[in-house]
Amino acid sequence: MSRREATVLFDAPGPRARLRHNILTAVAVAVLLGIAYLVYARLNERGQFAGELWKPFVEPQVWQNLILPGLKNTLGAAAVASVLALLFGVVFGLARLSDHWWIRIPAGLVVEFFRAMPLLILIFLAFFVPPAISPIIADSPFGNAQRIIVENVLFVFGVEINAGNVTVPAFAALVFGLVMYNGSVLAEVVRAGVLAVPRGQSEAAYALGLRKNGVMRLVLLPQAVTAMLPAVVSQLVVLLKDTALGFIIAFQDLLSAGFRIVPANYHNLVPAAIIVSIIYIGMNLALSRLATWLEGRSRRSRKSAATTLSTGTGAPAAAGMGQQLSTAGATGTATGED
Amino acid sequence: MPRPGTGTALTPWILMDQLLDFGPVFDNLDLILGGFWATVRLAVVTAILALIFGTFLTALRVSPVTVLSRTGSLVVNLLRNTPLTLLLAICILAINDELKITLSGTETVNRYWWGVLGLSIYTGAFVSEALQSGINTVPIGQAEAARSIGLTFLQSLRLIILPQAFRAVIAPLGSVLIAMIKNTTVVGAVAYGYEAAAVMKEMFDDMGASIPVFLGIAAGYLVLTLPTGFFFGWLAKRMAVAR
Repeated sequence: MSRREATVLFDAPGPRARLRHNILTAVAVAVLLGIAYLVYARLNERGQFAGELWKPFVEPQVWQNLILPGLKNTLGAAAVASVLALLFGVVFGLARLSDHWWIRIPAGLVVEFFRAMPLLILIFLAFFVPPAISPIIADSPFGNAQRIIVENVLFVFGVEINAGNVTVPAFAALVFGLVMYNGSVLAEVVRAGVLAVPRGQSEAAYALGLRKNGVMRLVLLPQAVTAMLPAVVSQLVVLLKDTALGFIIAFQDLLSAGFRIVPANYHNLVPAAIIVSIIYIGMNLALSRLATWLEGRSRRSRKSAATTLSTGTGAPAAAGMGQQLSTAGATGTATGED
Repeated sequence: MPRPGTGTALTPWILMDQLLDFGPVFDNLDLILGGFWATVRLAVVTAILALIFGTFLTALRVSPVTVLSRTGSLVVNLLRNTPLTLLLAICILAINDELKITLSGTETVNRYWWGVLGLSIYTGAFVSEALQSGINTVPIGQAEAARSIGLTFLQSLRLIILPQAFRAVIAPLGSVLIAMIKNTTVVGAVAYGYEAAAVMKEMFDDMGASIPVFLGIAAGYLVLTLPTGFFFGWLAKRMAVAR
C-alpha cells in the first residue's frame, strides 16, 4: 500500500518500512472505520436515517420549487458579481500601475481598504446603510442626483427608490460586497500578472515605437492574461463560495433554500445539510479543477513570457504584507477568505 | 432626523454634518471595543486550534501511509470547498440543535465554542495548505543530501527540512491568519453574536445605520489586520531562505 518512491520527507521504503506501513495502514483503517461508526451511531440514534427525512430529495417538486431556484439565485449572484469584479479588478489593477500618482495612490488606497475588510461588513454596509441615509440625502441638493442614479443605474440590481427612500434587495447587497472585495483581490492579481511579464518585453515594445497604451494593450496584457488566468479562476471559486454569505441577510440562495426552507417544511435538517454540502462542494471542486488544469496548461504554454501565477496567488488577503505574490512553484496557498 | 418633505432643503455642508456625525461612534465606544474584544478572543483561540489541526492534517497528508495521506487530502479538499457559512450553520443548527451534541452547558459558552471549533476546522484546512506548500518548497536534493550524510529521519526533519519549510510558510500562514480574523465576522453572524460585526449590526438596528458606525468598525478591523500583515511580511522577509 505504501508509495514506492522517495519524497522529501521519506526515503523509498525498504522491506521493514513496508511492513511498518502495512501495520500502520491496518491501524489507520480501523481508526477511520471507528470514527465512521461513531458518526453513523449518533445519526442513527437521532433517527436521521428514517426514510421520510430523505424522501423529499427524491421528489421532483422539492427540487423544482425550492432547491433549483435557490441554486439559480446563487449562480446568478456569482455570475453577476464575477463579471463586475473582473471589470473592477482590471480597472483598478491597471490604475495601480499608472504613471500618474493621482491615479495610482487613490486606486491603491481603495484596493487596500476593501481587501482588508471582512466581506460580511461590506454586505451589511450595502444592505443597511442606504435605506437609513437616503431620506437625508433626498432632502439635500443631491436628492435629485440620488433619484436619477437609482432609477437609471442601480435599478438593474433591484434597488428601488420610493419618495426618497432607497431599498436595497439582498441580491444587490451581496453583489456589492462580492464585487468590492473580490474585485480588489483581482486588482492585485492583474497588477501581479502585468508585473510578471519580463521587463524586456515592454522595453522591446517601447523600442519599436509603441506608446504606453500600445505597450499595455498589445504586449503586456495578452501575456499577463495567460499568466494570471489560474489565479483569477481560483479567486472566482472563492467568490462562488462567498455567495453563501447571502444566507445571513436572507438572500434566497441555495443555502437558504436547502438549509432553511426545506427543513422548515420537512423537518430534515441533517439530510438537508448533507445534500446542500454535496452540491456546494461539487460546484467548487469543479471550478477548482478548472483552475488547476489552466495552471498546468499555462505553465506549459510558450505564448507568454510571464511566469504563471499559481492558483493561490489571488489569496494574499493581507493588506500591508506588501508584495507577497509568489510566482514560483508550489500551488495552492489559498487563504480561505470568506 | 428630517424626513423627506418635512425639513427644509439641506445645504451640502449640513448634509455632510448629518451623514458624517461620528457622535454615535464615540458615545458607544465601549460597545464597539467590547465587540472587538470578543473578536480577539475568538481569533486567538481559533488561531491556536487551527494551527494544531492544520499541523495534524499536514502530518496525515505527508505520511508515507497511503490511507492516511489520502484521508488528509480528502478532508482538506472537502473543507476548502465548503462555504464557511454552511460549515458554521451545520455546526450550530445540525450538530448542536438537531443531534444535541453540545460543548458546554451554558448556551453562550456553547455557541462560542461551536463558533471557534467550526472556524478552526475551516481555517485548519488552509493552514495545512500553507504548511504543505512550505514542505514542497524544500528541494528533494536537501533530503537526499541529509540522508546520504547519515542523518536519521528525525534528524533530517529537525535540522534540514523543517527549518527551511517553516521559513517558507511564514508569509502564507500570515495571510491565512488574517483571513481567519476577518472570518470571525461570519462566526458572529451565525454562531456567537457578540463580536464586532454583530455589534455593528446591533447598532444599525438600535440607532439607525450610518456611515460613521461602519467606518468605526472598519477602522477596528484595519487595526487588527494591518499590523498582523506588516508583522508577518517583515518576518517572512527576515527569515527568507536564500536559494
